[in-house]
Amino acid sequence: MSYKIAIASGKGGTGKTTVSVNLFKGFNELRGKKVQLVDCDVEEPNDAIFFCDAEVVDVQEVSQMVPVIDSEKCTFCRKCVEYCEFNAIVVLPPVPFAEINPSLCHSCGACSVACEDGAITEHPKPIGTLNFYKTDENNGLVEGRLEIGSTMQTMLIRELKKAIPGINDIIIYDAPPGTSCPVVETIHDVNYLILVAEPTLFGLHDLKLMVALVRELGLEFGVVINKVGLGDNAIYDYLDKECIEVLGEIPFDKAYASLYAVGEITGVIPDAIHQSYTEILDVLNQKITHHEGNNRIKW
Amino acid sequence: MKEITVLSGKGGTGKTSITAALASVAGKAVFCDNDVDAADLHLIFQPDIQEVFPFSSGTKASINSMECTNCGICMDHCRFDAIDYNNEGTLVIDPYQCEGCRLCERVCPEQAISALENTNNQWFVSTSRFGDFVHAEMGPGEENSGKLVSQIRKKAMEIAKSTQSEYIINDGPPGIGCATISSISGSNAVLVIIEPTISGFNDAQRLVALIRLFNIPTYAVINKYDINLTMTKNIEEYLILENIDLLAKIPFDVEMVKSMTLGKTIIEYNPASIISGQIQEIWNKVKVSQEVVPQ
Repeated sequence: MSYKIAIASGKGGTGKTTVSVNLFKGFNELRGKKVQLVDCDVEEPNDAIFFCDAEVVDVQEVSQMVPVIDSEKCTFCRKCVEYCEFNAIVVLPPVPFAEINPSLCHSCGACSVACEDGAITEHPKPIGTLNFYKTDENNGLVEGRLEIGSTMQTMLIRELKKAIPGINDIIIYDAPPGTSCPVVETIHDVNYLILVAEPTLFGLHDLKLMVALVRELGLEFGVVINKVGLGDNAIYDYLDKECIEVLGEIPFDKAYASLYAVGEITGVIPDAIHQSYTEILDVLNQKITHHEGNNRIKW
Repeated sequence: MKEITVLSGKGGTGKTSITAALASVAGKAVFCDNDVDAADLHLIFQPDIQEVFPFSSGTKASINSMECTNCGICMDHCRFDAIDYNNEGTLVIDPYQCEGCRLCERVCPEQAISALENTNNQWFVSTSRFGDFVHAEMGPGEENSGKLVSQIRKKAMEIAKSTQSEYIINDGPPGIGCATISSISGSNAVLVIIEPTISGFNDAQRLVALIRLFNIPTYAVINKYDINLTMTKNIEEYLILENIDLLAKIPFDVEMVKSMTLGKTIIEYNPASIISGQIQEIWNKVKVSQEVVPQ
């Protein structure tokens, strides 16, 4: 079984992608481990930017099934309207008129079950692509990329997670920002969750929202504090009071931010930041070894 | 009345800091925090909540194990992988996967499934030192943020009409999904805050492509422009090609971070700062542009 780690944050721009990519490259240096990086921020996928050698090896289209009503067969009974929880269907018997609004449709299939006249058929509508990259011999990157205008980001993440290729030792999910359904879809089944937080007023507030979510999901988690030096110390008091594990602290460095700007985050890495990642990787490796040990005992 | 929405694609580019700063100079306006997933604007606004409303984001299915025969018909019909057998061989629903379509409830031959309403969300009408403010708090892991955005925007519009406010300013969510689409639709103008990084630039381009589908006037601000001057130049060239007015290039300044830490806008913290002057200029330009655009 793979050891699954998700990187999430609540607030956007705290450094999820930077941490995900650096951990992926760190794990890659451990020989013999197969590691897969999965960019679940399907609205704005950016992990691939940070691999100058990444090469797309496969693209898969993902579609949702959107129903269409054949008004020749429709008896305008309105049963499908009753079944649709998303108000996506309009049927006006006197006109007669029957239509489904694809942008409100969740593709649940309820209307197809409702229809007794065989008037509803379902047709694929693209919601995005899954792009498979090769980064080196063993390890790879896969991203979901939402079609512009689609609201089906959660469905695309679900399909992305099903499509992860091969048998992996470690899978890293780079989560989208926020705390709602796309984030839950990304993180709900991981072995360990890393929350990347910023020591600012907004950063702390959104971290608290994430902690509430993660505790409800019952996940094991820890925090990486990024951009240390910006903002204030309130986050430390909070983490201390809540007894939350701090995996590491990454100092704010304007020169490094400038390298990030052009997609350079793993080549010329300042010593202090490199040291932080080494420590974080050590902690994670212990967790993975422990997990593997447990699995072996069960075997 | 004009509704202006602040967006960015990428998170953390400065939407909320800039929206808050605009609040200091906007005069008579109603404010609305559309980032219902991870709302932060209230931390600066320190609102006095006047009214609280519950918001139902839909339903979640629940199986009554006394009635259930574990036949699996519901599981076969569920398209969201939300129903499965647990270790004891009993069918259970994963509430985080359930979309609330209620199909399982309808196909169950034993009527063992019922729908539970999600009321773990609230929204608020508040007053603040900047004016009336509509905001929301979603329960962790809740769905339908797009619907909640539409709900609070509708209320902001009602308030703006009854108070004869000239502007509504929306602090938008990151991304380009349902909450962003709900924020854009019906706005009079979108202000895109771009960070000069490859990811900030890529995300802004995907956002602009989305805004184009709605054909809404778009303006840009490059924030922290001195983080990378080459990237800033690339973005400027792109904005010219796209015919998007660049209203300001704001430098990276720890004063901005400090003002937020104290719960103040940059204008309140240091009205004489360069950024404060730029905020005033951005607002003047947005105002002028909205005057010439016919309603």
